[in-house]
Amino acid sequence: MADTMQFDLVSPERRLASMQVASVSIPGSEGDMTAMPDHMPMITTLRPGVLRIEGASGTEEYVVSGGFAEINATSASVLAEKAVPRGEVTREFLDALRQEAEAAHEAAEDTKKDLTAKTLADLAHLAETMV
Amino acid sequence: MPSLKDLKNRIESVKSTRKITKAMQMVAAAKLRRAQEAAEEGRPYAERFSAVMAGLAASVGGNEAAPKLLTGTGSDQVHLLVVLTAERGLCGGFNSNIAKLARQKAAALTAEGKTVKILTVGKKGRDQLKRDWADSFVGHVDLTEIKRIGYANAQDIARDVLARFDAGEFDFATLFFSKFINVVSQDPTALQIIPAAFEAEDSDSAAFYEYEPGEEEILADLLPRGVATQIFSGLLENGASEQGARMSAMDNATRNAGDMIDKLTIEFNRSRQAVITNELIEIISGAEAL
Repeated sequence: MADTMQFDLVSPERRLASMQVASVSIPGSEGDMTAMPDHMPMITTLRPGVLRIEGASGTEEYVVSGGFAEINATSASVLAEKAVPRGEVTREFLDALRQEAEAAHEAAEDTKKDLTAKTLADLAHLAETMV
Repeated sequence: MPSLKDLKNRIESVKSTRKITKAMQMVAAAKLRRAQEAAEEGRPYAERFSAVMAGLAASVGGNEAAPKLLTGTGSDQVHLLVVLTAERGLCGGFNSNIAKLARQKAAALTAEGKTVKILTVGKKGRDQLKRDWADSFVGHVDLTEIKRIGYANAQDIARDVLARFDAGEFDFATLFFSKFINVVSQDPTALQIIPAAFEAEDSDSAAFYEYEPGEEEILADLLPRGVATQIFSGLLENGASEQGARMSAMDNATRNAGDMIDKLTIEFNRSRQAVITNELIEIISGAEAL
């Protein structure tokens, strides 16, 4: 079994990270998961949360929101609509996310209401852990 | 025959035009590099995205419960054309080519008895389509104020388009933009975005994937994002194409101005020589008459 796997974090605007990692913790919409080499192939959507990467050069953390992760035995890629290194996250950024989510929640109809409410709750939790 | 002074003035004016076009060319070259970088940075996301979507679409596509964004509304009566153009002119045939393609498509659809609706992004496309298709306009997005196109801009446009789709305003949506090939060639492209058409590649690899939550939920979550992603890459390609087109247009203009200056200078020298010769003849014939 290989010790590391290829990891890519891309946002629509740029590639944020591309490196060999030992493990990645992904905030999946159905719960957090940690992907290590030889993981079962899977695709999961993301909820707003913290992505933790254990690489050769230590641990890196990004705040991600919206998108999905694709995992297979040799690589993991996270495609996030918004991704920011944890150190650069500001209150304004979180507030902007929250406003967007609230607007979506207002606009959502019956079946989607639960989903948007969950996103809001995730964001609130994220904001708490960030402070 | 223009006088010497007229010629001199014209040469001066063409020279200052050349200075301007030269400066514009250099600005476009600098902007092109940035736009190209942006387009390249955006590519991995778009490629991955459509690869995963193609796999998903292949496995869910046949399903009756598949989202409308993928299967369509079942009708093809109303078409929405989303026309992406630049906010500024002076970039050769860039805006005209996109507008032309959109106009042809609109004419073809109307001839088939379909209804055409047009959403314009960028002032120039709106101006060019206004003459024939002003009645079909349903909206306009102004990006004049935006220096650097971000994903958020694409999201705004996508939200608008999706809201219209949910309201049943149209059945098909096509995106018009110019694909950047290199500095001298840009390819006006029409891309169908709703219902989503993903390039059918071999989905064998995707078949093994475990999906969390289920395939349908992921698809429902990702399809709207796919629209935004496609619009975003359209905008990026357009940005690079615009600067490329402007750069080569301004390069041509600079060269033409140079030719013009040469021609005018020759004419100027000739008429000056003619004046001198005339004066000489006058002096000589005056001396002979004495």
